[in-house]
Amino acid sequence: MVRYLLRRLAFALIALWAVVSVTFVLVRAAPGGPFDGERRLPPAVEANLLSAYHLDEPLVGQYFRYLGMLAQADLGPSFRQKDFSVNELVARGLPISLTVGGLALLLALALGIGAGTFAALARDGPRDRLLMVLATLALAFPPIVVAPALVAAFAVSLGWFPAGGYDSAQHFVLPVIALALPYAAAFTRLMRGSVAETLARPHVRSARAKGMPTRRIVLRHVLPSALMPVVSYAGPVAAALLAGSMVVEEVFSLPGLGRYFVQGALNRDYTLVTGTVIVYAALVLAFNLLADLCYARLDPRVRHA
Amino acid sequence: MREALLGTALARTCCAMLAGVVLAAVIGPSLSPWALDAVDWDAIDAAPTAAHWFGTDGVGRDLLTRTLGGARVSLVIAVAATLVSCLIGIPWGATAGYLGGAVDQAMMRVVDGLYALPFILLVILLVALFGRNIFLLFIALGAVSWLDLARIVRGQTLVAKNEAYVEAARALGATTPGIVLRHIVPNVIGPALVYATLTIPGVVIAESFISFLGLGVQEPQTSWGVLIADGTRAMRSAPWQLLFPASLLAATLFACNVLGDRLRDAVDAGAGGSKSSVR
Repeated sequence: MVRYLLRRLAFALIALWAVVSVTFVLVRAAPGGPFDGERRLPPAVEANLLSAYHLDEPLVGQYFRYLGMLAQADLGPSFRQKDFSVNELVARGLPISLTVGGLALLLALALGIGAGTFAALARDGPRDRLLMVLATLALAFPPIVVAPALVAAFAVSLGWFPAGGYDSAQHFVLPVIALALPYAAAFTRLMRGSVAETLARPHVRSARAKGMPTRRIVLRHVLPSALMPVVSYAGPVAAALLAGSMVVEEVFSLPGLGRYFVQGALNRDYTLVTGTVIVYAALVLAFNLLADLCYARLDPRVRHA
Repeated sequence: MREALLGTALARTCCAMLAGVVLAAVIGPSLSPWALDAVDWDAIDAAPTAAHWFGTDGVGRDLLTRTLGGARVSLVIAVAATLVSCLIGIPWGATAGYLGGAVDQAMMRVVDGLYALPFILLVILLVALFGRNIFLLFIALGAVSWLDLARIVRGQTLVAKNEAYVEAARALGATTPGIVLRHIVPNVIGPALVYATLTIPGVVIAESFISFLGLGVQEPQTSWGVLIADGTRAMRSAPWQLLFPASLLAATLFACNVLGDRLRDAVDAGAGGSKSSVR
């Protein structure tokens, strides 16, 4: 188990390094620099700026300097937002993004696992049909459609929830629902198939033949193995949630990481873009690692491999 | 295949809906009395009327025309990106499956690793940094959408490579690239193309996200993402500007998903495989 963990950790670090390097190269290969403005800066000022941010050094030197800073968990100063370090901006945006993304993922998992299991137990019955129709329908409503629709209905027309901001728990209800909906549907479909398959396995049949109550069969014998596809799909979903969270942050005016990423990319704020990409990638990789560990917990074959 | 597309009333409805959207996107803008960027000064932010069936936008452009023009751009990007993903995913999967062993392991490890990365960031970064043009957008989207396809093709190749015709080609001295391209790829391409169509809704969503953030398709061109972004800003005063493009996007995605499910089941049943998992 320890060896497995170490191997996954090493893999995650290599992936992170690859992300850092690709982003570093891309950002610097792009035309335009962080100090291009409406007005051309006097050459002396520009030279001073470049040297203050070490942009006049050779690229290889900049790259290793940056890696060295990263090793000390320092994402550097923001090039465009003077007086702010990228660490400070990330510290502002991350809690908001994590709250929305984390709650959405939890909601999607809870809804998906619950509804999927329920549908599989009522397989081919009217309730199963209804749930599957709803799930197929929900898949067609990405956050870009749901988020504005929720604002129009529940914030503008009914006034039940605020349309934007992040001051109270109420502010997070609509963004989380908008983000979670399609993934809840995907998990429901996945879980239904997986539970139905597990229900047909011999060990479940013998448990049923022994007269074990259904609730106990589901909890003890079905869920542990039926959860495995859901767990292995949770990693990619976490990555997919990122894109949706940017849209949701935009619609609900939440100053999360996504906002900083988009701004940074448009302003050529090298350190801000690279910093947000690194934080996003680290989050997704950490979540994948967690999902792998859960998987190993559920599947003894992985644990002892 | 025919059964999958036309077998039930729901499937037929979805086919009709998709065909309608595609047809409207292709010929609609040229049938419309309004040009994509024609301004009707008498109808700015106007609600739907007989002259403007979907109403007009904030500068008085006909929303029906723009929604169909947007559909054209969104669909072209989706299809082009899917083709790009085929160009990468099919050879990748076929090579891994045919060579097997350590090469297969390494190539599929790369695919597994890429699954774990938030690829969409890379697409956004690319279009934000290197100019927001449509070519870059669909190439970037295609370049990050080939992973599923590579897995499917590898699986199909593992079956195909033990067939007699491959053995015969090998006995006749065909080279490995020759066998992969001339014998494996043509034989796995049918199911692969079906799976490729399944990536279309994902690409439509990704494109709409990026355009929604203002990083994708740019004025004067438009796409569903751009229209929904504009509609979101205007939703208090002119809700139809959000309603029509958003409904059309959702309807298209729904039809694609329903047909995709049925196609996938048909291919899986044909291959004798299990159809238990969603992925």
